[in-house]
Amino acid sequence: MSANGLLQIALFLGVLLASTKPLGWYMARVYEGQLPVFVRWIAPLENLFYKLCGVDSKDEMRWTRYALAMLWFALLGVLTVYAMQRLQGMLPLNPQAFGAVSPDSSFNTAISFLTNTNWQGYSGESTMSYLVQMAALAVQNFFSAAAGMAVLVALIRGFARHTMETIGNFWVDMTRSIIYILLPLSIVLALALVSQGVIQNFSAYQTVPTVETITYDNPKMDAAGNPMKDAAGNPVTEKATTKEQVIALGPVASQEAIKQLGTNGGGFFNANSAHPYENPTPLSNFLAMLAIFLIPAALCYTFGSMVGDTRQGWAILVAMTILFVGFLAVAEYAEQNGNPAFTALGVDQSASATQSGGNMEGKETRFGIVNSALFATITTSASCGAVNSMHDSFTPLGGLVPLAQIQLGEVIFGGVGSGLYGMLVYAVIAVFLAGLMIGRTPEYLGKKIEAFDIKMASLVILIPPMIILGGTAIAVLMDAGKAGVANPGAHGFSEILYAFSSAVGNNGSAFAGISANTPFYNAALGFEMFFGRIWLMIPVLALAGSLAAKKRIPASIGSMATHTQMFVWLLIGTVLLVGALNFVPALALGPVIEHLNMSRLG
Amino acid sequence: MLKEIRPAIVSFLLLTLLTGITYPLLVTGVSQVTMPDKANGSMIIKDGKPIGSSLMGQSFSDPKYFWSRPSATSPMPNNPTSSGGSNLGPTNPALMDAVKGRVQALRDADPGNQQPVPVDLVTASGSGLDPHISPAAADYQLARVARVRNLSPDVVRKLVAEHTEGRQFGILGEPRVNVLELNLALDASH
Repeated sequence: MSANGLLQIALFLGVLLASTKPLGWYMARVYEGQLPVFVRWIAPLENLFYKLCGVDSKDEMRWTRYALAMLWFALLGVLTVYAMQRLQGMLPLNPQAFGAVSPDSSFNTAISFLTNTNWQGYSGESTMSYLVQMAALAVQNFFSAAAGMAVLVALIRGFARHTMETIGNFWVDMTRSIIYILLPLSIVLALALVSQGVIQNFSAYQTVPTVETITYDNPKMDAAGNPMKDAAGNPVTEKATTKEQVIALGPVASQEAIKQLGTNGGGFFNANSAHPYENPTPLSNFLAMLAIFLIPAALCYTFGSMVGDTRQGWAILVAMTILFVGFLAVAEYAEQNGNPAFTALGVDQSASATQSGGNMEGKETRFGIVNSALFATITTSASCGAVNSMHDSFTPLGGLVPLAQIQLGEVIFGGVGSGLYGMLVYAVIAVFLAGLMIGRTPEYLGKKIEAFDIKMASLVILIPPMIILGGTAIAVLMDAGKAGVANPGAHGFSEILYAFSSAVGNNGSAFAGISANTPFYNAALGFEMFFGRIWLMIPVLALAGSLAAKKRIPASIGSMATHTQMFVWLLIGTVLLVGALNFVPALALGPVIEHLNMSRLG
Repeated sequence: MLKEIRPAIVSFLLLTLLTGITYPLLVTGVSQVTMPDKANGSMIIKDGKPIGSSLMGQSFSDPKYFWSRPSATSPMPNNPTSSGGSNLGPTNPALMDAVKGRVQALRDADPGNQQPVPVDLVTASGSGLDPHISPAAADYQLARVARVRNLSPDVVRKLVAEHTEGRQFGILGEPRVNVLELNLALDASH
């Protein structure tokens, strides 16, 4: 890798880690209700808001009530997003006059945005009105992120408190996440993005003349509007020409900002962050990548601060960073090496001062290999799922990195809130494993880890692989599942495996060749996203309730320190071991076979 | 069970107003006043009318123009109402055929040029709208454009240089050439 490539990566990590402490400190103050002076002016509005909602901000909840409040809020989200898509044709701010979205696609998209997945079976610029984009989808970007942060804060309180029945108030945690954290950061980021060329308007699509007359193959439609096929099943086309380009517009920057900050990842346009109006310059790309990791990284500090020992947070952050750098190195190496089959065709893939070289299929010139592989590693270690290059066209090993990171549970930084609560569950498993080895009752942060806690942690660890692998198995056995595959051979299997991993992991990125906007995939992936989110949040809250009720035991000479280098490696080992045991066979059938096949081509 | 319904409904409505209406309108208002050109799509204006966007690539196939990166959008290339990549996997025979065909088309347009083709010129971009090619890809096409237009290569080279952007702040991203702006400048130059 070139010196410049290393410099870009070092700069990214440097800025990220430098922002961790100030933002983490700020968030800890917000959640503890000790607002820093510069935001105290918002407090009266916050209190007025609680009054209107009938919320007593001092009213603490047990974990069951906390979970129930979260579920009510989620239910309203699903119903609203579904209804707005179905009624789209009658609602305002729809200059392209898009009609109602199909029922199965509306269901899938409603679950998708509610669960912070932002899997997109539809194509934004040809499906969704501006109103649905901003008042249904972008709103869920805020809400689902805030819900994830609230659940994390509840879990942190479980560790921080002792002999208490309650873990906080959901409405307060959720509201504070939005008004003190997500919204102010979004406003600043959105305006910064506009300064780079991200659009923000409500205009109808703009038609411009093209310099050349463009000849293309237009698919022929039958009377019912379906594409016609010849005897061999290939689409029938006719030559057509155009002298125009229709440019899709919209309120993109405001959606783009929360899409990254909330690790949502749902693009305004189909091409997501590869689209020049979503991500026009290297700086907008840098800000997008930073925004994805900003809150998840800082929450590690918030965690340390709230449990009264910031070293605990740093230890987790160090483990995350080590795992991240390892995966990044593989992705950068594989993509820069390019496609061995191209060389024989007379293609120059070598990196030089005038080109990035490497595997450029599905990548943008302004990002090259360095920023495409970096973005892909970031978006899948977080549960973001925004893409600035098409993962489906990555080399087999380059594509294995996003897939494997999603399957590890997106705990390397991870989604806002969900990443760290996932990692804390792994930490509980790690101390449990260590306890088994030496025959002592495991402890973490002064709390005894007992049977109930391990059961809840096990649910969080075991449900995702079960439904990912189960769903993939069902899809490859069904014609409806295989029909969506775009690429032949092992890669086709990878497309299905990626779709289910992405849905359950609430990532939302795809090996996007797969045609997932079908009743089968809309329904199957809709349910998978729902279980992958809600069925993990509930055991996490149960764990929080159980921990909060425990006595705090003082550290003794027999306690294992959980801020040391040894613990960092133990945690890394646990994440990799659990993930590898679950997924290596499936990965061997997809990317690994394809890699071996590709090596033969070169 | 039902105690949380009122907070759920009222907070849902109020927070939707805040994040779904007020926030995008605020961002729109500020950007339209302070950065209208960018907020409206970085359009290239000629005689008061938009003739393209400097962020939206267009398709070129005439040897007298610099060609953009291949675009996999349907039904026509570089279609902003249907953005996206080819999503062809690295071992898909269809990808090999596509690359082979593109190499051939470039060689046919420039007989005698047997240099290896820069990879970005024969691979489809992620968005299908990539407005840029690498400086290497511009260099590869330079002699052809100059010959067809009866210009000295130095004149064309100067225009290419004017439309080449380096890494942002000298560090970020990759150097790149804006194809539409370069071709418009070529047409305007003689």
